[in-house]
Parts: sequence; structure tokens; C-alpha cells
Amino acid sequence: MMDTPKKNTIIEGIRAQFPILTQKVNGRNLIYFDNAATSQKPKSVIDRISSYYEKENANIHRGVHTLSQEATTSYEQARQKISSYLNARSESEIIFTKGTTDGINLIASSFGELLNPGDEVLISAMEHHSNIVPWQLLETRKKIKLKVIPIHKSGEIDLKEFENLLNKKTKLVSITHISNSLGIINPIDEIIHKSHKVGAKVLIDGAQSIQHEKIDLQELDCDFFVFSGHKVYGPTGIGVLYGKSELLNIMPPYQGGGDMIEKVSFEKTTFNVLPFKFEAGTPNIVGGIALGTAFDFIESLNFEECQVHELELLRYAEEQLRSISGIQIFGNSKNKTSVISFNVGNIHPFDIGTLLDKQGIAVRTGHHCTQPIMDFYQIPGTIRVSFSIYNTKSEIDLFMAALNKSIQILS
Amino acid sequence: MNYTEKQNSIIEDFSMFDDWMEKYELIIDLGKEIELIPTEDKQDDQLIEGCQSRVWLKSNYKNGKMFYYADSDAIITKGIISLLIKVMNGEKPKTIAQEELFFIKKIGLQEHLSPTRANGLLEMVKRMKLDAIKNI
Repeated sequence: MMDTPKKNTIIEGIRAQFPILTQKVNGRNLIYFDNAATSQKPKSVIDRISSYYEKENANIHRGVHTLSQEATTSYEQARQKISSYLNARSESEIIFTKGTTDGINLIASSFGELLNPGDEVLISAMEHHSNIVPWQLLETRKKIKLKVIPIHKSGEIDLKEFENLLNKKTKLVSITHISNSLGIINPIDEIIHKSHKVGAKVLIDGAQSIQHEKIDLQELDCDFFVFSGHKVYGPTGIGVLYGKSELLNIMPPYQGGGDMIEKVSFEKTTFNVLPFKFEAGTPNIVGGIALGTAFDFIESLNFEECQVHELELLRYAEEQLRSISGIQIFGNSKNKTSVISFNVGNIHPFDIGTLLDKQGIAVRTGHHCTQPIMDFYQIPGTIRVSFSIYNTKSEIDLFMAALNKSIQILS
Repeated sequence: MNYTEKQNSIIEDFSMFDDWMEKYELIIDLGKEIELIPTEDKQDDQLIEGCQSRVWLKSNYKNGKMFYYADSDAIITKGIISLLIKVMNGEKPKTIAQEELFFIKKIGLQEHLSPTRANGLLEMVKRMKLDAIKNI
């Protein structure tokens, strides 16, 4: 998509739906380049949250009164919508969680119960701490072996090593679709296919990909897929765990409580069917409903056009950044999403991040919850800019000017 | 100058700038002046690990007064440390332990002392006060 007046009108139309983008920060117009941490919310999602509390609030699944029934319907409709957007086989495979971290912990706890000492779980060296620590805990609890697929200097996964590590003892490959700190897109089709060949199940951490890639769960054929609502224009505190029903059915419950039971007695308790078996307690009702609205928003967009726009922003920003002397960009691959991690000379990322903030620009600095990657590159952290559909080239121009000013002050 | 006067003097220095970038330029210049901890003294027990920038702090008690030496890998953190040291150095332990440290908030830098653990500064101020208390 060229920079045509038509395209600018489309982007302006999208921007107009995000009230926060007109905010002033430190006296300047906000430029929000921290979309990999969380996306901003369109007005429709914000309005859905208030209208729920103003007109519909009730507890779900149990009440006989009208409000409760309506809230139940809205919540379950949201589940159906998400299920159909992701092309799951059935909405019973869509479990609402608190977010990606919660989803991975659920699988580590519950699927983990099915593992035996000596079984192996494979992760990659580019995982978020959320896809490392639950497996380390499982390693201690169940005496499984956690193995790590190394990455190349470019940040890309070492596929040859992956194949060497795969064996009959591999029970699960848990891997991120897109690296949150480097932006690299992993070849998950190939990883899923090869893992299945040895009988291993595959968990895809979709925290970063859900916003940028169109996900078709049946085509992908992964066994589990997890993501957070807040990274895809929805509220915080809600997320989704997709799992193939044949697996979810044999997995033990994660937490006990209301909603997840069929019948409780002191002698024997039986559990509810999917997806409720994994949803103990009153869920984040408004979160689920508003996440459904977030997917309505996505469906109102031309997804392919948005992807092209984000990639144009990526290329444009990378080209500008490469003109800075002493710049080092981490994560170099043809398959990247709109995330750039970089450092400038010996300047500490925290210093640049602080000065950019004072100029109204929100970026992320630090280790991005991926300390092993920082150790791999032997750096304390990076500056990370990450773009979304509402960002523009003129924002990148302003960012570049602010970055150059910061470098000048700090040098 | 006493503890309060030293803090007021810093507030006055910063009040000359309206623009945030100018305030930070001053902090960065101060960061370049700070008395560093010799590398051999940068031991783990002096290290305060922030989530992003790291801080090393060493305290000395001499002739009834406190003296601090510090360093950070980030220059803005270092500049703020330098301000803290200016205020606290040469003061009696009791003053540091008991009197209010108000200038950080007044010059609008309180975000650096927020409990985000980003820069280790909040922990550092606690450590400076604790070291003073030990010598009361």
C-alpha cells in the first residue's frame, strides 16, 4: 500500500477510534511505540466495558434472572466469536484465562501432570520468562527435562539444533510465534509438523502474533495456543487458551471452585465439561465480552492492508535507524513483525528511554522479560520500538528527531 | 548549608528550567561529575540491582559524619545519585535518618523513586538511610 491520500484517510480513520492517541504526555502529543507491551483500546471496547457495568452487570451461568441470562449470553457469544475468528473446531476449545502467562501456567500444571520423570519439554532461547519459568517449576516438581533450542546471532531459531533435540522423549514443544524482544517470526508451521512427527505436542505462545498475524488454528494444527486480550486491543486481565479437546478432556483440572464442577460431594466430586472445567470461580465477565468487541474491531479492518502498513513502518524505521552511527539492531531476519530492538554505542537504554519519554514518546527499555537473550548478546537491555496499525511515518520522523537529540545530549 | 538549605538550593537550580530536556541536561552533567566507586570496590554487596540500571553504593562514617560514594551504569541514574550525595554527604547520621528528603519530589523526579524497581534508586535511598541509622 503506497502512501496515498486514500491510505492516509484509512489510517486517520483508525486513529480516530483510539481516544488515547490525542493525549498529551509531558506537554507533547503522545507517540505510542510500546505496542508489543500492550496495545491501545478503541472506543468500541472502552464503551462496551462501561455499558456492561451500566446496564448488564450480573453473575453468569447460574442465575435465573434476566440480567444474569443476558450477561451469560454476551459472554458465551464472545467465546463463539473468538472461536470462529481463530477457526477453532468448537468454542468448547476456547478457555478464558487471565492472559498468556496464566494460559502457559495452566498447561504446565495440568498437562504437566500427565508427564513422567525423564520426559522432555523443549523451549527456545528467545522465550519470554513466562514461557521459561513455568517449565522450570515443572522440572522441579515432576523431574522432567527442560531443553533449550539455541538461536543464531541473527536472533533466528537454530532449526538444525531443534531437529537434533527432538526425540521420542520430547512430549511438548513450547515456543513463541513471534519474539517479543526481537520481533522475529518463528517458522511455527515447520516446528509443529516436525514435533508431531516424533509424537510431541506443541504449545504456541501467541502473545505477540495475535495482533499482527491472521491465526487459523485448524490449519496451524498446534495443540495449544495462548494469548492475552490486552495485546490485541482488548482489556487487561483476560486471555485465551485454545487446546484440542482430546487433550483438554484428559488433562486434570487446574483450579477447583465454582463453575468448573458438575457435582460436589464429600465422597466424590465430578467436573464440568469443556470449556468450564478449566474456568473455576466467577470469570472476568466484562473482560471476555469486551475481548469479543476487540475482535469485532479487528474484523472491521482490512487485515492484509494493516499488515502491509505495519511492515512499511518497520522498513521505514529500520532504514532511518541504520543511519545513526554506532547503532546496533538486534534481531535480523526477513521474517519480522513491526518490532525493532536496538542500542546506540555505549549509551544505556534506560537513559535514552527516559529522554524519549520527556519528549512524549513511549518506548520500552530493558530486558523485556527475556534476560537469556540479553545474556546471549551480553547487553543490559535494549530500546524497543513496536508499531501498531495506528502509527504513522510522520510519528517515526518525530521519534527520529527526538532520538537524535537524546543521543546528542547523552554523548 | 544545612540539610534543608542544601535541598532548597537544588530546587532553586532546577526552577530555572521550564523545559524537561534542560532539567535532564543538568542531571546528565551532574552524572558526569560524581565521585565514582573504584572498580575494585564494586563488589556484589555494594550492588543494588534495578530492573534496568544498576547502582553501586558505599558508605563511610568519619568524625561523626556520613560520606557516600556511588556509581550507576546509566548516566541519568548517576546524576540523581549525585544530587542525593550532595545533600547527604557530611551530614550527621541522625539528620539523614530523621529529616525529610523532599527535593526529589519538588523538582519533579519522584517517578525515579517509584517502586517500579527500574533503576534501583528507591532501594538506594533506603540503603543510604539504613547505613546512617547503623551509625547513630
